[in-house]
Amino acid sequence: MRITVNNDPRDIPEGTTLATLIHDLGLDAAPCAAEINKALIPKRNHQDHQLNEGDTIELVTLVGGG
Amino acid sequence: MTTQTIQPGLTPFTIASRTLTSRLFVGTGKYADFPTMQAALDASGTEVVTVAVRRERLYNERGESLLDFLDTDRYTILPNTAGCFTAEDAVRVARLGRELLDQLGNPGASWVKLEVLGDKKTLLPDPVGTLEATRELAKDGFQILCYSSDDPISAARIKDAGATAVMPAGSPIGSGQGILNPANIILCLEALKRGDPTYPVIVDAGVCAASDVSVAMELGADGVLLNTAIAHATEPVMMAHAMRKACEAGRQSYLAGRIDKKLYATASSPFEGAISYIPGE
Repeated sequence: MRITVNNDPRDIPEGTTLATLIHDLGLDAAPCAAEINKALIPKRNHQDHQLNEGDTIELVTLVGGG
Repeated sequence: MTTQTIQPGLTPFTIASRTLTSRLFVGTGKYADFPTMQAALDASGTEVVTVAVRRERLYNERGESLLDFLDTDRYTILPNTAGCFTAEDAVRVARLGRELLDQLGNPGASWVKLEVLGDKKTLLPDPVGTLEATRELAKDGFQILCYSSDDPISAARIKDAGATAVMPAGSPIGSGQGILNPANIILCLEALKRGDPTYPVIVDAGVCAASDVSVAMELGADGVLLNTAIAHATEPVMMAHAMRKACEAGRQSYLAGRIDKKLYATASSPFEGAISYIPGE
């Protein structure tokens, strides 16, 4: 199924969880916050949250800023 | 002989339930490299550093992360909503920032440096969007340190909406124009501290040189937040040192009580006993 991650379309297997996606992208070592369709998904729920066709996902971290 | 206190008046202050010794808040953006940022933050003496929330770069060639160079046990991390032009986006970014700081176990998790900007050219705040976001985030339990214009009416409205601290701009972000309207900063301080003298007011944005920091502190601000002035200085670490000393000097100058300005001179040496010719006498 097709989802959008950080504005890039991406194909993932049915039943993929948010935690799996973050792991497969190599982003699970450092803090990473996730929003699906503009709703924050807390880290404690990443393991159980199954992604759906058409989901728009934002994965963010901290960068330098003023 | 009594021992003199080396730095009289430089007592800690409290903001959002945290007691801080340094009144300088320093950003982590725009440094040439992370080691320079690290050294500059150290030299500034700051205890609170601002960061931004951005998309993960899914293909990062350098592999360096800000967090590898930021001692999260030492600093309170203040996530900002920079780049947000609507209240809705600022609220989303604030919540994402809180989630990231929660994962780090950093005390800045409930803090946000709220910016809702009006346009990309001036980066001046949108007063309506700022108020909407402040109300929403206050309901959600955030400690809001809110970027504002130097308009005292807007500043007071933001406080009323639930901000923990109001941060009027000295001049547009990154402009280096210093404190363009000291009179308005004084009016902001009066409006925000009336009947509430410990309410934190931090001058944010536009600072260029150490003298700008001193001016803000001499006006009675509780602190100064800056980034570009250090990050883009020719010698960022030296400038960070200068800002630290300017902040302390300005605070002491404010507390010490300046003399009034007068049109005419007042001699420091007595005329009485002078052997010289004195015009008019």
